[in-house]
Amino acid sequence: MLARVGDQMERMGRATAAGMAEFGLGAVLLAQCIYWVAVGHRRAQPVRLDAAFARCMEVGILAIPIVTLMALTIGIMLAIQGIYSLRVFGAEEQVVLGVGMSVVREFGPLITGILVAGRTGSSLAARIGTMRISQEIDALSVMGINPVRFIVAPALIAMMIMVPTLTFWSSIVMLAGSGWYISVDLGMSWAAYIERLTEIIKFGDVLHGLGKSLLFGVLITLVGVINGTLVSGGAEGVGKMTTRSVVISICAIIVTDMVFAFIATRS
Amino acid sequence: MSTIAISEHRSNAPADPELMAAPPMIEVRDLITHYGTREILHGINLSVRQGEIMVIMGGSGSGKSTLLNALLGLLRPTSGTIRLLGQDLNAISDVERTKLRQKMGVAFQGGALFSSLNVLENIMLPLREHTKLDRNTMRIMARMKMQVVSLSGFENLMPAELSGGMIKRAALARAIVMDPRILFCDEPSAGLDPVVSSAIDELILNLRDAMGMSIVVVTHELESAFKIADRICVLDKGHILTVGTVEEVRNSANERIQNLLNRRTEAEVLDPDEYLRRLTGMQQ
Repeated sequence: MLARVGDQMERMGRATAAGMAEFGLGAVLLAQCIYWVAVGHRRAQPVRLDAAFARCMEVGILAIPIVTLMALTIGIMLAIQGIYSLRVFGAEEQVVLGVGMSVVREFGPLITGILVAGRTGSSLAARIGTMRISQEIDALSVMGINPVRFIVAPALIAMMIMVPTLTFWSSIVMLAGSGWYISVDLGMSWAAYIERLTEIIKFGDVLHGLGKSLLFGVLITLVGVINGTLVSGGAEGVGKMTTRSVVISICAIIVTDMVFAFIATRS
Repeated sequence: MSTIAISEHRSNAPADPELMAAPPMIEVRDLITHYGTREILHGINLSVRQGEIMVIMGGSGSGKSTLLNALLGLLRPTSGTIRLLGQDLNAISDVERTKLRQKMGVAFQGGALFSSLNVLENIMLPLREHTKLDRNTMRIMARMKMQVVSLSGFENLMPAELSGGMIKRAALARAIVMDPRILFCDEPSAGLDPVVSSAIDELILNLRDAMGMSIVVVTHELESAFKIADRICVLDKGHILTVGTVEEVRNSANERIQNLLNRRTEAEVLDPDEYLRRLTGMQQ
């Protein structure tokens, strides 16, 4: 009995230590990316901007259709729910306040983050995992090409540019979606809607949303890369770590979102 | 390359006083490595001379891949030193190691070609990252190496479109594109049909003769080992059984070497009690 408790304790301890090690790995990766961006040129091993640009295309431009579709749907949904719940007080007009604030501060970054985690975080984990198994990462190392500089840094740069950009775009589409529904349901004119929005949404709110999305971009990249490097055991291992990468990055996004919101509303 | 020339070289190489006197390109001393707590290599000593083809041979689990990974700097040894071109691989700075790695080429077992780049871009990659040549010069140099490995005309294919033999050739071309002093080949003929496999062996011999590089080949294929080796290092369970010329290894009196050469499995001696314990899964 006592031995079994001991076993359990040991297993918990090992899992905790492994989890902490992953945190450490993430910090090291981030530091190495910053290092290579800063001094890569001096060591004649620059971070390739063309590689980062290619990633931008994949992470950002190709994600526009799905992001637009989701944002439009969620915008309309927010307007429907807002009007329905405010009708209780006979305050349907106030729906613009709720929609405007929640989209820019919350729904824009969150929905974009989750979509990018599912789309890009998974492909990053799968790509690096496959490269590890086929010894491509080893090949880079023995060629004297640092894998962090060559693979991770361009991906991180692309995510730090594209996730906020996508967030900005998706927020606009969401507001347009709810604007359309509000104009149809409440008969509010577009001009009145936009005027009301500009009164409500402060520059700080936009910054709050974009700041969060920048953080999400970094998180998704690091989680994807770490899970990719931890792949072992062939194709099954790649699948397992890809799933794990998506689950962890979505959890990380939501927890970070809450913490960020708490801290940002204190000051 | 004719077979006569090869056999001539083979009989000459070890006795050549000039070669014997040259400083070793690779020098391994008392190398011990661990995976976790398990000791894999138990004190390896080995040296490879200029222009020599050293074949590291052994069965599965003999530690030959571990030794290769240590030589490549992918696995940090627990103790012992590895000197490549006179530099201690694990004691030099990152910058020096990057420079050293430009003087060595590696052809991995599965090729390890980058799947997002075509054959030409794969072969050009080391040039792109380490030299300041313009693109056309790089392209010409990469095409020259493709000619060497008889892969001309396949520049624009993606790695997924290549056959097994072509992948090995492309990997070799990428490994030699910087004209390295040392070339490592991991199982160059594994998984290939006899004709293609023998062509790869010829290619390795030609590379040594044309460029004078030292070549370390890790393989478990006896035929190809005997064909290309100047010296063979036989590994077994993390120990070196012998290092010697093809003749010396062939004529070795060591039972384990003879078992390996004759593809005999080792008869396991097991007493009935031990057998019963294993079946029931009981310890002691």
